[in-house]
Amino acid sequence: MIELVHIQILSAIMFCIGIYGVITRRSAILILMCIELMLNAININFIGFAAFRDFSQSQRIFGHVMIVFIITIAAVELALAIAIILRLHKNKSSVNIDEIDLMKW
Amino acid sequence: MISLIIFYIISAIVLFGSLGVIFSRNMMYAAFSLFFALLGTAGIFVLLLAEFLAIVQVLIYGGAVVTVILFALMLTKIDDFRNLSNIKYWPLSAVLSILTLLILIIGILQTQINTQKLKLVNFTDFSNDLFQYWGIPFEIASLVLLVALIGAIVILKDRENDS
Repeated sequence: MIELVHIQILSAIMFCIGIYGVITRRSAILILMCIELMLNAININFIGFAAFRDFSQSQRIFGHVMIVFIITIAAVELALAIAIILRLHKNKSSVNIDEIDLMKW
Repeated sequence: MISLIIFYIISAIVLFGSLGVIFSRNMMYAAFSLFFALLGTAGIFVLLLAEFLAIVQVLIYGGAVVTVILFALMLTKIDDFRNLSNIKYWPLSAVLSILTLLILIIGILQTQINTQKLKLVNFTDFSNDLFQYWGIPFEIASLVLLVALIGAIVILKDRENDS
């Protein structure tokens, strides 16, 4: 049978892949995709704890509700970030985050 | 036993999709790898008996998020992405993320957690709780969606045409 440890380790590996992508990549859209990966790792962790830990029924439902909220906020963040990226591409014709230094100094 | 085999297959899909996001040279391949990773997450939701969340995951991530990312790739120039894949300090960040992974796995393996058998959350209880006990945060989330919609339109509007 599946146990909680399997779900947790899968979530940890996925989260660290997301961290590596966020640090290494320089294209803003790829960084957004890696942030989505990290949010999905957190969702997997929530569903694992909600399914396997000896919680009461309302705590178990809280895990599911929290996943709904995380998905909502991820969609909001993606929409706003892609709007900002398209505006930057229109103004500076680049999405390289090393060249976007409008607010530096 | 059969569920463990299915779990390993699904987690292989998820992990190869995630690795494809960070290692593929072409941006389109990275977007499709992200699609497979998100669908694999929906498969894990199904495996842990949360079918409503699996449907939501397929609809929102598989439908909306991947489409929006593909549109963003279309509307920005593809040539921009060719030389931006790696920075010169990539071994340092690889060591950093592997170290984080080691710390997480050691922490997971050393923590004693009281577990029980897999238990399903009834869909009726879930929706009752979502719309009654968590009703006000739910409405605030819809307000956040409205604000994001207006904000995205305002950011992308041309400034010289109005006034």
